[in-house]
Amino acid sequence: MNQAVTQKDGLPDPLTTPLNELDVADPRRFEHDSWQPLFERLRRESPVHYQSYGPGGPGAEGDFFSITRYEDIVEVEKNWEAFSSEPSIAILDPEPDMSVQMFISTDPPLHDDQRRAVQGVVAPRNLQEFEVLIRQRTQETLDGLPMGETFNWVDRVSIDLTTKMLATLFDVPQEQRQLLTHWSDTATSDARITAGRGLSIDERRVIMIEMLEFFTKLWHQHKADDRESFDLIRMLQRDPKTANMVDDPLSYMGNLMLLIVGGNDTTRNSMTGGVLHLQNNPSEFAKLKANPELIPSMVSEIIRYQTPLPHMRRTATRDVELNGTLIPKGSRVVLWYVSGNRDSDAIPNADQFIIDRPNVRNHLSFGMGIHRCMGNRLAEMQLRIVWEEILQRFDRIEVMGPPVRTCNSFVRGYHELPVRLHPLA
Amino acid sequence: MPVITFIEFDGTEHQVDGESGMTVMETAMKHNIPGIDADCGGSAVCGTCHCFVEAAGDLPAVEPQEESMLGLRPDRESNSRLSCQLQISDQMNDMTIRLPEFQM
Repeated sequence: MNQAVTQKDGLPDPLTTPLNELDVADPRRFEHDSWQPLFERLRRESPVHYQSYGPGGPGAEGDFFSITRYEDIVEVEKNWEAFSSEPSIAILDPEPDMSVQMFISTDPPLHDDQRRAVQGVVAPRNLQEFEVLIRQRTQETLDGLPMGETFNWVDRVSIDLTTKMLATLFDVPQEQRQLLTHWSDTATSDARITAGRGLSIDERRVIMIEMLEFFTKLWHQHKADDRESFDLIRMLQRDPKTANMVDDPLSYMGNLMLLIVGGNDTTRNSMTGGVLHLQNNPSEFAKLKANPELIPSMVSEIIRYQTPLPHMRRTATRDVELNGTLIPKGSRVVLWYVSGNRDSDAIPNADQFIIDRPNVRNHLSFGMGIHRCMGNRLAEMQLRIVWEEILQRFDRIEVMGPPVRTCNSFVRGYHELPVRLHPLA
Repeated sequence: MPVITFIEFDGTEHQVDGESGMTVMETAMKHNIPGIDADCGGSAVCGTCHCFVEAAGDLPAVEPQEESMLGLRPDRESNSRLSCQLQISDQMNDMTIRLPEFQM
């Protein structure tokens, strides 16, 4: 790699460097928001692209295929028998002796049993019960924000609200809710996908064991306190197929991590992303102000445009051909949702943020097929409520400086977004 | 052309003409019938066009992909189908399609 480094991300030019010298999973492209040209090139030149080394560059273990076109991603999602979710849904293989088991990383029938046990909690019927509570918490949070002074939207709103929601979903006391965010951040902070800035395996293991101890205690407390509650843990306890999950710590911890990360990073970063995308697209914000009925459609567009989880990974269970390229048995196959969502062959003007676009729900951010996001309706509801309440309080949210983005190829998000609120006239 | 009667969860009925070559999902979308989301646009990979077929003549069989999505529905019944997999033809009988309480 002797390319002149001229890019803002410090990486070789994504358009002129030979493709085999570019690490598609380099998290710095997400940190600097410079990922689009490489993925656009892959969709055009090499939509089923083999990289002979793993995340981290030449020499790193973990060669993988990158799938970048919308239609090809859907094909892989459909074919869950040839493209298994075991042993991992992240680009990296599970760590030795930390191979926690979560249903997102299994195939049917185990997957279906475990998923069915918890999906009731986020089924729309249950969500109606949650809506009042979510709205109250959203109002409290927004009413507590300072006017006319710059603050970090990520901390004060996005993290605050998603954490309160998580505590409600697990029936964890609100005063302990920060622990959930801490664990979620730990689960996605593997040093191997964060350009070395995350935690080592040993550090993560210590924290994950703390988490398991906490939740084991919580399981028994919930069991002893058998009041009518539709939290995730009591749902697992009520279903005969998962009623003893606590006795299988790796499975219990894996599913907790899945539900915590699933309910945290995604919504949090879409909550921040929406503010930024509207600032960058003033005519779309004007549309919204003129017609708040567009909120549900805008929520789908925010989720597409943000794509808070840029990829999921599958593993080929047999030789299989995709769009003319042979994927050998055993290959890691990375589905770049973030790229499929910008594929203009599937989504017209995909690079534009358009809050009232036709077929706005047709995006890949929730994945497709049997592993499609279970919490999609909850996420949409949370975001809808936030925007409903924002429009009732503020004239606009002014972004005061560039965001600080996460350096992570699994979570596309923000550490900071400085904003200032302007009250309604 | 078969007549398709959609019944929303709250009982509201909509009667529309089915067009040969379209699916039941596309028909619902075309006529803005509430209760079908069709997030994947018709590939049987999202499950958000779930419906219950109350009355119909012969229908295409449930293929494995459709089955894998239906299998995840907590409200599945024996007459559950993904409406995107129901292609309409001129030979078909009239159909009554009941819509679920929610899509997910």
